[in-house]
Amino acid sequence: MAEFAGLGYYAEVPVVIFDIQRIGPSTGLPTRTSQADIGFAYTLSHGDTKHLVLLPGTVEECYEFARDAFDYADRFQTPVFVLSDLDLGMNLWMTPEFKYPEKPFDRGKVLTKADLERLAGEWARYRDADGDGVPYRTLPGTDHPAAGYFTRGSGHDEHARYTESAEAYAANMDRLLRKLETARATLPAPVIDETSRSPIGLIAFGSTHAAVVEARQALAAGRRPVDYLRVRALPLSKQVEEFVSRHDRVYVVEQNRDGQVYDLIRLALPPALVGRLRSIRHYDGQPIPADAIIEPLLESEAVPA
Amino acid sequence: MSATMNRVGLPRDAYKGAATTLCAGCGHNSITNHMIKALYELGVEPHRLAKMSGIGCSSKTPAYFVETAHGFNGVHGRMPALTTGAQLANRQLIMLGVSGDGDTASIGLGQFMHMIRRNIDCTYIIEDNGTYGLTKGQFSATADLGSVQKKGAVNTFQPIDPCAVALTLGCSFVARSFSGDGKQVVPLIKAAIAHRGTAVLDIISPCVTFNDHDGSTKSYSWVKDHEESIADVSFIPFFEEVHVDYEPGTVRDVELHDGSHIVLKKLGEDHDPTDRRAAMKVIEEGRAAGHLVTGLLYLDTTMDDFATTEHIPDRPLVELGEDELRLTKDQFAQFMSEFA
Repeated sequence: MAEFAGLGYYAEVPVVIFDIQRIGPSTGLPTRTSQADIGFAYTLSHGDTKHLVLLPGTVEECYEFARDAFDYADRFQTPVFVLSDLDLGMNLWMTPEFKYPEKPFDRGKVLTKADLERLAGEWARYRDADGDGVPYRTLPGTDHPAAGYFTRGSGHDEHARYTESAEAYAANMDRLLRKLETARATLPAPVIDETSRSPIGLIAFGSTHAAVVEARQALAAGRRPVDYLRVRALPLSKQVEEFVSRHDRVYVVEQNRDGQVYDLIRLALPPALVGRLRSIRHYDGQPIPADAIIEPLLESEAVPA
Repeated sequence: MSATMNRVGLPRDAYKGAATTLCAGCGHNSITNHMIKALYELGVEPHRLAKMSGIGCSSKTPAYFVETAHGFNGVHGRMPALTTGAQLANRQLIMLGVSGDGDTASIGLGQFMHMIRRNIDCTYIIEDNGTYGLTKGQFSATADLGSVQKKGAVNTFQPIDPCAVALTLGCSFVARSFSGDGKQVVPLIKAAIAHRGTAVLDIISPCVTFNDHDGSTKSYSWVKDHEESIADVSFIPFFEEVHVDYEPGTVRDVELHDGSHIVLKKLGEDHDPTDRRAAMKVIEEGRAAGHLVTGLLYLDTTMDDFATTEHIPDRPLVELGEDELRLTKDQFAQFMSEFA
């Protein structure tokens, strides 16, 4: 699985993978929930690899992201992981009615026979023709002598030919990073609620959302309102850093032992902001209750900084 | 003098690829040439060809023929999964997989077996040298019990015979040949391509660097001394008229899905290639006698391939748009109402 994920990343093959997270490691508690596959999925493969990850927080978003994931995979020609969890994926939830999909499919940068004729066959599979890191591709079966190319997981030049050239390797890896930056600006933006104008912020994602909604109500009722940012995709949006910069203390709430998203956010922040982050973790296999947020938050706030 | 064109108007050179990087004398290079000949003579359109492979010396070879075709050099032992996906996405493609004995019989054995069970429409060539050439000559899982490594080590494990495994799983086309026997390999490759379903072609292909010495049962000299062909193989493509002018009772003629014919002229005992038990017997008897039995071992043209079983439309799935794939608004509303 990890090898295929790496192949998809490096050979730039669109694929969508759903991970309805259960609690691990190993067989773990196979009928219990968790959010502990984030770090695993985000960099799954040997070698330098980063995947696109969607983090639906509601049943409605599971439906919408499932549809959009295929568009993102085609648009960016790369694996897309949709990370739901057992609580969201297998328990019964109320949801607004799903909306009919009006958007046409986005198949991304695919050159047809007519395109190749117009280009007189001049194209290269892994060339950054548009400066966004996303190359063009053809589909097998395209009836043009220039359509075929050799997809490989080994080192390749712009024309998909095998090479061990140091320059070609580094240039290709840098382009893949540019592609990731293009995706960062395109993937679902965080949902931000700063109406409480609080110096305290919460960051959460996925099925933790329901507990955060309840916790915020309880905290507001106790005169401790908190702002909220819900992460919906990796790589992290720039808005996460901006949110942290507008708050004195920001609690990252997640359902895993190691604070996987807390770590990812710390890595993304400038050093001056890192100290504002705190981590709230819940990892016993049960869906996170509001108390698991409220209690550690109040306890932390009671301690002088 | 202009080059001779095939039925789609292409010269033989159009079926060539990049220069090989394998050792001089490698059996795999001969097989590459046999494939070039077979594809040229069949008149396969390069844009309809998908060259699939895993990892290993064998799996590098798709770069060495039909340069303008699509190729996919994937992950070790998992070419069948890629082939299955590509075949389902576009049934119009001709799937030509090249694997090796390590790729097939060790890391990829599970994939190999499930590809056969499902009867994926593909040609699956095993360039079988009984050794891990890329990692300096360890025994592979197809090496015979008691065969000897270049530096003298004796193989203590039972071999996996890809043809016997394929037969056990109900493979619809099973053949064995030898890289040095172009007269047999070329018609078998053509027949495998014409066949609709999984066609397994195990081609013994000596590794000149690590497995071509005395004591090896995959060397040029061993195979030359021990090859026992069960029938002369001729292939008559659908676009040529069938002329069979042999003595009655000396040939078997099987029509393939596209109207091509494979004609088998018996050499010794008559082997019925549509009899699976007979094929098993031929393999077992060959093994007991210390022979390498080559030829078309088994063929079943009645079995549906996976895409047919799964009702995959002839029109490539990649060409289908919202109109064909999306529910209408009414159907969607009806579907939603079932959850209310």
